[in-house]
Amino acid sequence: MKEYNKLILECSRPGRTAYRLPESDVPEFPLPDGLLREREPELPEVSEVDVIRHYTNLSRKNYAVDIGMYPLGSCTMKYNPRINEEAARMSGFSNIHPLQPAETVQGALELMAGTEKMLCELTGMSAFTLQPAAGAQGEITGLMMIRAYHRHRGDEKRRRIIIPDSAHGTNPASASMAGMEVVEVKSDEEGGMDLDALQEVLNDEVAGLMLTNPNTLGLFDKNIVKIADMVHKTGGLLYYDGANANAILGITRPGDMGFDIVHLNLHKTFSTPHGGGGPGSGAVVHNGKGYVLEENRPLSIGKVKSWYGNFGVVVRAYCYILSMGAEGLKAASRIAVLNANYMKEMLKDYYKLPYDRTCMHEFVLGGLKNNPYGITAKQIAKRLMDYGLHPPTTYFPLIVHEALMVEPTETESVESMEEYVQALIRIAQEAVADPDVVKTAPHTTVVKQLDEVQAARNPVVKW
Amino acid sequence: MFPYLPATPEDETKILEKLGLHSAEDVFEDIPPSIRLQKDPNLERPKSELEVERILKDLCSRNLDAERAVIFLGAGSYDHYIPSTVRYVTGRSEFSTSYTPYQPEVSQGTLQAIFEYQSMICAITGMDVSNASLYDGASAAAEAARMATNRTRRRQILVSETVHPETRKVLSTFLGCHGIACEVLPVKSGVTDMEMLEEKVSRETAGVILQNPNFFGFFEDIGSAEKIIHNKKGLLILSVDPISLGLFKTPGEWGADIAIGEGQSLGNPMSFGGPYLGFLACTKSLMRKMPGRIVGQTRDTEGKRGFVSTLQTREQHIRREKATSNICSNESLNALAASVYLATMGKEGLKEVARQCYDKAHYAASILTASGKYRLLYDHPFFMEFPVVGAPSDERIHEALLREGILGGYAFQKDYPQLGHGILYCVTEKRTKQEIHNLQRILEGME
Repeated sequence: MKEYNKLILECSRPGRTAYRLPESDVPEFPLPDGLLREREPELPEVSEVDVIRHYTNLSRKNYAVDIGMYPLGSCTMKYNPRINEEAARMSGFSNIHPLQPAETVQGALELMAGTEKMLCELTGMSAFTLQPAAGAQGEITGLMMIRAYHRHRGDEKRRRIIIPDSAHGTNPASASMAGMEVVEVKSDEEGGMDLDALQEVLNDEVAGLMLTNPNTLGLFDKNIVKIADMVHKTGGLLYYDGANANAILGITRPGDMGFDIVHLNLHKTFSTPHGGGGPGSGAVVHNGKGYVLEENRPLSIGKVKSWYGNFGVVVRAYCYILSMGAEGLKAASRIAVLNANYMKEMLKDYYKLPYDRTCMHEFVLGGLKNNPYGITAKQIAKRLMDYGLHPPTTYFPLIVHEALMVEPTETESVESMEEYVQALIRIAQEAVADPDVVKTAPHTTVVKQLDEVQAARNPVVKW
Repeated sequence: MFPYLPATPEDETKILEKLGLHSAEDVFEDIPPSIRLQKDPNLERPKSELEVERILKDLCSRNLDAERAVIFLGAGSYDHYIPSTVRYVTGRSEFSTSYTPYQPEVSQGTLQAIFEYQSMICAITGMDVSNASLYDGASAAAEAARMATNRTRRRQILVSETVHPETRKVLSTFLGCHGIACEVLPVKSGVTDMEMLEEKVSRETAGVILQNPNFFGFFEDIGSAEKIIHNKKGLLILSVDPISLGLFKTPGEWGADIAIGEGQSLGNPMSFGGPYLGFLACTKSLMRKMPGRIVGQTRDTEGKRGFVSTLQTREQHIRREKATSNICSNESLNALAASVYLATMGKEGLKEVARQCYDKAHYAASILTASGKYRLLYDHPFFMEFPVVGAPSDERIHEALLREGILGGYAFQKDYPQLGHGILYCVTEKRTKQEIHNLQRILEGME
């Protein structure tokens, strides 16, 4: 097939058009002086055929969940059910205005209330907001609530937030944006939080602890109840980063573990599509100890997003919970965990497994076991593309050298996991027998290795 | 069996055998028994697709949507025409079911689409650089304010009262937690009080946020504001309606340092307030202070053009607590909708949409005020929204309109109590002369 390599602007020919509006049925009114744009925008002039061919051609340069397994660790790239998409596009949801009178949007409000109730039930919490647009915005919302909680009690000095060294980059970034000071705590040999290290940093300046459980190594912290107790005893609160909630729905609840505030990524755990990087939704729930994010409540931290959040994403999550029920969500968690362990077992003879224990929904490899030519995680990732597969997350978490973080999710079959494992095993063999083919990968993609250094040195960021 | 779970009982057995376990319960051995759920969460039984569809359709039927009602409501979310190309492209699952383009070789579709989005945002705003999108217009304002404080090392932001109330609320939430002082410039006769601006801008001011056209639909005196702000070496942050840029002066032409705005109008449905996208574009000198993802053009080892995420050392996954922002997931699919919208409408289309909005809104304003029963709250040049006052109360007008299937404008008293009652009407290119006359007939007939 012919290779496509054009910008939409390069398809432009003066006089072409891809739209037609009804002719205006009102008279023209004079335009105000001095307020008109002087230079025409450099937008394409193309036909509708050009638009459709251009974007269809671009779409073919993407890997996606609908094409095959996409085991990007920590991202929960599960299948996105079609009925959810159909529902979100129904006119009764997509064509309603956020400022319509309440009596004209009862269905939308009922859907939001229903989602709230179900998320509370699944997390063991009592109240929440659907406003945050993504996980990171959920984080900063929760952290602001923690700050407000202490401040309201007159405890101004609690500005420190404890974060393990295995945390996502958004955790410390959110903390610093919330005006808090980050205290990093090392993980112990088993990948959990080091209790002695935690005890050392706990004091009356600690606002709280931010934790992902299972953590980013895919391991459940056995000491969670103890950790919660230690933090609460010194007056801090616990924040649950729901990035990895896909392992635990119906099995255990953040509320029962002792967390005070939780965010859930609806675009991960609740099957809404990732959209090439968004939109997401980072619903925040809490146990009533902190603050309610609602207008006209005197103790509220205020609004974090316009209107009600990413409603269209909430519609999809609502459909998902209805389809799965408690039984389905529990099965999804169980299979997600079984799948990850299955892949881990098949790979551990070929790849280093720094934490060799039962994992939850994902696991982290530390590069090749037998690696005489120094093949890197990046090279393995690129070589996987030649097998038609999307690589795992690489170089994260930071505490594992040459990390490859694999999260198959529950929507992958045994066959697709076996195919993926076979590719990884073949790459392990190539790394010894034919290292150059791995080092120079990818060979079959639409572009070869791209020069990222040049891109950053002389940024070309528009046409 | 569940349709989204391919594992059969035999598959589960096979996996357990491989793991040397007897029961699936064993994989959860790390979870202490004291916190294991003893019974299933209390949810309704799983539903079939047909049942889910019925439930959702029933919920929909209890919403009055813009296909069934005629809508004159704007105030930050707009009922514009969305070309069929947009729905087709955003529905292609190669775009919708991929994620952040961490692996550029298998994400060229998304990366090039973002590069083109950035290019088109720069084209309409007249700025040098755009990022790949933010959550919404309000969060774009908060991020722009942070950029301004980072660049100037000053700690005060001024925001006009004519900036959208939702934006100001979000701004105050975030600036408050960053410890940045946020002062409001009062509205005077429907526009920003320029005397107050002159008085308040100082060497402490990092940036001033203005909206043009403002919340009431009026054009602000950006020319004067720009001189006042730059005279004190502060940054001009201009929030704009992207549709208006088809006709009206761009932030670049006004001399803005940062252009921001709500991008919903560009091909995204109203969707009860989200998901939308915030756009943020700036001058070249501010590029490295930008939040979020930026895509750049480069070459592969064979010299072929390709696209990568670039300037990533600003971002949270590299810089952690020192990042320019905590944003990770953005609004990529909404930005794709905006790109396809702009590609479809093109240079002429954007101009024509802006012109039709302008003419229809002015036509509506002229006939609504013709008899003297209602009048425009102020007389300023406006784009497609205008505030109208008259004797009947906002509630009675709203009820009378709703009875005839019209969603009336926004009663602004809630956000601007000092202005008394009155309604902000919005007339987009989708409204017809007939609909406008219906609106006028009902309003005119009220006691």
